[in-house]
Amino acid sequence: MGTNHTGVVYDGVELGNAQNGQIDLGQFSLDNIEALSLYNGQKSEILQPAKDFGSAGTIYMRTRTPFFNEGETYHARATIRTGSFDLLNPSALVELKLGKRVSASLSAEWVNSSGKYKFRYRRVNPAGELAYDTTAVRQNGDINATRIELNTHGTLNSGSWNFKVYNYNSERGVPGAIVNNVWRRGERIWDTNSFAQGRYTGFFGKFTTLNNIKYAFYRTHYVNNDDKQVKIDNLYKQKEIYFSSANEYTITDFWKISGSYDFMWNNLDADVYGFVKPDRISQYLSVATALDFNRVKLQASALGTFIHDRIKGQEAPKDKHIFTPAIFVNGYPLRNKDLSIRAFYKQSFRMPTFNDLYYADMGNSKLSPERVTQYNLGLLYDHQSSSFISSARVSADVYYNRVKDKIVAYPKGQQFRWTMLNLGLVDIRGIDLTGLLTINPYKDLYLTVRGQYTFQRAIDITNPSDNYYRDQIPYIPRHSGAAVINAQWKGWGLNYSWIYVGERYNQQENIRYNYTQPWYTSDVSLSKDFKLGRVSLRGLIEINNLLSQDYDVILNYPMPKRNYRFTLTVEI
Amino acid sequence: MVATSCREDELVVPTEYDIIGDERPGDEIRGFYLVNEGNMGSNKCTLDFYDYYTGLYSRNFYAEKNPNVIKELGDVGNDIGIYGSKLYVVVNCSHKVEVMDSRSGVRLGQIDIPNCRYVRFHRGKAYISSYVGPVLIDPNAPKGAVYEIDTLSLAVTRKVSVGYQPEEMEIVDDYMYVANSGGYRAPNYDNTVSVIQMVDFKQVQQIPVGINLHRLKKDKYNKLWVTSRGDYQDRPSRLYVMQKKPGYNQMIVTDTIPVACSNMAFYEDKMYFYATEWNNYTASNTITYGVIDVRTKEVISDNFIKDGTEKDITIPYGIAVHPETGDIFVTDAKNYVSSGTLYCFSSDGYKKWSVRTGDIPAHITFLSK
Repeated sequence: MGTNHTGVVYDGVELGNAQNGQIDLGQFSLDNIEALSLYNGQKSEILQPAKDFGSAGTIYMRTRTPFFNEGETYHARATIRTGSFDLLNPSALVELKLGKRVSASLSAEWVNSSGKYKFRYRRVNPAGELAYDTTAVRQNGDINATRIELNTHGTLNSGSWNFKVYNYNSERGVPGAIVNNVWRRGERIWDTNSFAQGRYTGFFGKFTTLNNIKYAFYRTHYVNNDDKQVKIDNLYKQKEIYFSSANEYTITDFWKISGSYDFMWNNLDADVYGFVKPDRISQYLSVATALDFNRVKLQASALGTFIHDRIKGQEAPKDKHIFTPAIFVNGYPLRNKDLSIRAFYKQSFRMPTFNDLYYADMGNSKLSPERVTQYNLGLLYDHQSSSFISSARVSADVYYNRVKDKIVAYPKGQQFRWTMLNLGLVDIRGIDLTGLLTINPYKDLYLTVRGQYTFQRAIDITNPSDNYYRDQIPYIPRHSGAAVINAQWKGWGLNYSWIYVGERYNQQENIRYNYTQPWYTSDVSLSKDFKLGRVSLRGLIEINNLLSQDYDVILNYPMPKRNYRFTLTVEI
Repeated sequence: MVATSCREDELVVPTEYDIIGDERPGDEIRGFYLVNEGNMGSNKCTLDFYDYYTGLYSRNFYAEKNPNVIKELGDVGNDIGIYGSKLYVVVNCSHKVEVMDSRSGVRLGQIDIPNCRYVRFHRGKAYISSYVGPVLIDPNAPKGAVYEIDTLSLAVTRKVSVGYQPEEMEIVDDYMYVANSGGYRAPNYDNTVSVIQMVDFKQVQQIPVGINLHRLKKDKYNKLWVTSRGDYQDRPSRLYVMQKKPGYNQMIVTDTIPVACSNMAFYEDKMYFYATEWNNYTASNTITYGVIDVRTKEVISDNFIKDGTEKDITIPYGIAVHPETGDIFVTDAKNYVSSGTLYCFSSDGYKKWSVRTGDIPAHITFLSK
């Protein structure tokens, strides 16, 4: 379905990029993140902004809320990270108790790395003789970035509030594709992303309200310094204003309803010739209801989206009104609720981005949104206890998704020129299996084993006359999975993870020429927590790609061989 | 399942063979090479060869013939030509011209030329147009150049600065004519044909013809046919004819033919052409075909494919005519990111055969016995 169908929510407000619809998760640090959750379909709570009902899947990132024990008024934490690629990454977090009901935290971080690593390309002929074997260094992949985040939290008699200011500033090189005779490229990007967001939650008996407001400003400066090609120097500026009010009313102890309204304004300005400077007003209205009959839970929601674009110098495309319903059912066949059966049906869509619609010469302002219909059926077994097996969890889900009007690039006229068209129809069927087992074999020793496997058949069913009709779409593996083994003992932690991505095709036709081999990497880490008086320390050693596998995730973009990272955290 | 899906050694890409059966053993024309451009960044420029003596089409033979070449042929092939016993392939985004033995396809060497575009030959030298004359960063885009290469040593011998972003060239009577597109400077396209005096390799004139010039080919009467790609908006693609002014040595534009033209190929007195133009209203491509009589400069037919096969062609990208039989070859680039198709039509417009090619089949050159 593509990244544009996945929502990324940072402390309750969805991150957006109206220009290309892609969120760079690398701009957000895990340093002050308390929880990271991933929902397929949507979150099983009906009190959420209307926009949150609209993605096919969502990632929620929640930063750490300060918690002070009796007598504490501050926490401070400093971390230093270093390792391969000439990495230098110090960060600091300070939390202050400003009063009985108010606290604040300031988080700052600096990342600097040359991004250089060795990579290797090797080929043999069918007889096993070496054809070529070359090792080179990845160039122009450096990054220098700073991040500052200020949060204030407050509790009220009947609610709470948060206010956040966030700034991210970076300069980076874009390494680009490695092709014959080209071992370095000259593209560079400077990003300055800032936003301020506020949230207010109020509880008034049977009525709960959750309100968000946000202002964001993103500035991207892109330059191509390749002296063999045309010099490109473009500045893009995006602004966003967002307001949301989500309200929930408890009718009876088993029945809740909610209604939410979101308003968003986006604007994109660029110094590209002929740029139409689009302006978009999006309004979202959702109603949802949740029924909890102890052994059966039901959630139904309906989202109405209204989009109005304005562009300079041209007739704007028609307004878009889209209605997308969803229904989720959860049943517990056994009395102890360890076993649950779940099913959902959901429609969602993604609006064409500003790039899709208006990008100079390539955009197509007549594009329709991409529509997705998801059907999912699953089983979950979840058991917690205090015995030898402290928790066990197994799930199996079967899903069928259909993507209609998929936006793809298509040739336009002569000579390597493209436009965007609603041209795709994709049929996705899959199975997800997960398992988690935590055991406590010995007094302070905890072992966790986690596994996950996905089978996915995602095929293009647009046009029977295409030579890739019913072929697996690019870069989606049929088989993929991961396994994690974790051991904790008295402050020591040992972790081993293994990721497997099965064979894929790097273009639409599933022919030998486009075949990309499976890749799998092992990562190992060792950590130790200890205390020196009042000071807590943690040391962490990570070895990634332990067996130093040479692989390309995307064709011609080689990945690093074995690499290391060392972290030391001090907290008071 | 895991054991069978382990990583193995990466194999050299194997050649694929298709039996076509259009055999002409002993002919003067032994076969032809087809360059598949490949999408930018994919490193999938490939070479195919059709052998008339065996009727066998070899798809993507370069890696097998030259297994030691790191990263194979390269990224975005733009032109191909045979001169003497050597085969030259211009690989635009790898900034080089690959030189091979024309009979075996074995690599002899490469010539590094930044942003190289087209190759032509004259008196023992190869001439390669390039978008960058001086290799520097210029926000207004630098002027282009034509590089002269000695075909024995493969070294650059001379270089001449021309207009902006030069494309095709032809050499007529000791002068070289170069079509300047100015594509990097849109909407201020270049509109000139540069005239180079071969003896001292200096630009002596720039003739205004039309914006965004691309093709420049000569017919058997040494007239030049020049195409303009238009500005992709209000100014459509057009075709121009240049001839020597009677009694003078200078070429002038004598005709503007009001047809869109993307590419053309000559056979005797006929010029076969096609045009691909994007139509904003219908949100689709308009493909047109035609034939022009080279002597009268009139469009004599609006189709050279007579059996309806042209409806199967999504995006024509290359056209060539067999110098002996008059068979017409048209390539279909489809959606640029999947295998294309090469069609062979008889000279009276009936499909003889077709074959799957690499990505974006585009340029053909014939190999003589």
